[in-house]
Amino acid sequence: MSGLAIEVNGLGKTFRLHTQGDVEIQVFRGLDFAVRFGECVALHGPSGCGKSTLLRALYANYAAGEGSIRVRHRDGWVDMVAAEPRAILDVRRHTMGYVSQFLRVIPRVPALEIVAEPLRVRGVDPADARRHAGDLLARLNIPERLWSLAPATFSGGEQQRVNIARGFIAPMPILLLDEPTAALDATNRAIVAELILERKAAGTAIVGIFHDAEIRNRVCDRTFAIEPFKVAA
Amino acid sequence: MNATDRPLLRVERLTKRYGERFACQDVSFDLWPGEVMGVVGESGSGKTTLLNCLSARLGPDGGRVLYNTRHQGMRDIYETSEAERRLLMRTDWGLVHQNPRDGLRLAVSAGANIGERLMAVGARHYGEIRQAATDWLGRVEIDEARIDDLPRAFSGGMQQRLQIARNLVTRPRIVFMDEPTGGLDVSVQARLLDLLRELVASLGLSVVVVTHDLAVVRLLAHRLMVMRQGRVVESGLTDQVLDDPQHAYTQLLVSSVLQA
Repeated sequence: MSGLAIEVNGLGKTFRLHTQGDVEIQVFRGLDFAVRFGECVALHGPSGCGKSTLLRALYANYAAGEGSIRVRHRDGWVDMVAAEPRAILDVRRHTMGYVSQFLRVIPRVPALEIVAEPLRVRGVDPADARRHAGDLLARLNIPERLWSLAPATFSGGEQQRVNIARGFIAPMPILLLDEPTAALDATNRAIVAELILERKAAGTAIVGIFHDAEIRNRVCDRTFAIEPFKVAA
Repeated sequence: MNATDRPLLRVERLTKRYGERFACQDVSFDLWPGEVMGVVGESGSGKTTLLNCLSARLGPDGGRVLYNTRHQGMRDIYETSEAERRLLMRTDWGLVHQNPRDGLRLAVSAGANIGERLMAVGARHYGEIRQAATDWLGRVEIDEARIDDLPRAFSGGMQQRLQIARNLVTRPRIVFMDEPTGGLDVSVQARLLDLLRELVASLGLSVVVVTHDLAVVRLLAHRLMVMRQGRVVESGLTDQVLDDPQHAYTQLLVSSVLQA
């Protein structure tokens, strides 16, 4: 597979803060880029230039105000800017995974179930999904005695690895990664780099934010620089 | 065209007035099989009136509520006969009240509360009914030894779980929930939410859940509708509406939540 996975055209994002005097924060405008299957693209630019905002817009977690984000899904294309919620949910279930910086903990739900869930919603047998989740947690050095606990009390690094396991468990054709190694030590960083390289080799299109230059150089094929937004004079 | 190619519920320009005041105005949406839709807004925003109109308990002044029936396709629920509507409420629909005492019969046992719904759809075999009641007590995490106890002897959280079991035992296609976690302790809420999440996903239920608690919709709902003064001011994917709210009122609502 080497066809187009994501095609972004004229993408713009402005936050309008109604409760704070209708302040407008223009983040970016007129972004064009494309990502092919099997390549890893790093978003680049100074802090505050909108890297996370762009990643969230790709996942439709943020509403892009203008432009389009066409994503290869099943046998066609879905525009994440304009599609209905149920179409976007189908893309998230089957095509596009997203590893956020922080794990959103669900009360009472054990780590193993959190990791297995993306497989279960795709119809994988719960026992198989759990076994797979265990393999991945073990690979990421999460001790087995923690698997049956809700991750609320885990350390930052453990929570991030649970989040990574959840993001990588299903064979998504597209993966979005927001600083996947920020809270990890060198050993675990290397494991995450391996996971990313394996996915890439399997044809997954990856877009990520990698502050760690060593990881970035190891896994990314190229960078996409977000131009700082310039106010027209 | 099979049933899953069509919405289960289609609401068109639903309007309800109390005197001069609009409780609901021009509300339209489709609910698809397996979809959970949250409706949020402050008290008086019209969300409970909307739920009552959707669940055939309050006739609207304008607009239509179409339901995809098993045998006759899309039907306007307010055009069907009273008998048909009652049958739908017994078989296809569930209704979870905020106060479990409104949805339970307090003078009969826990087991009978569950069994009664089954008998209403024609179950007659005592052993099977009792077995189903036992199974459902287990699914909602109530000790089966309590099957012959009266619900009034249960805690609020147990009563709410019993009400849910009573609703789900007939395998409805759509369940309407009004503040299902309202009035419960936080720890009890978490347990109930987790249970609801699991049941809704495993049964593939369609749900309309009305609440003022944004944490509840974050966990439970795929889609969100924000209501204010009887109108829908914003709707969309739950996480998008909560993380990047567009309307001034939604921004106020989201920014007003106290962080624990």
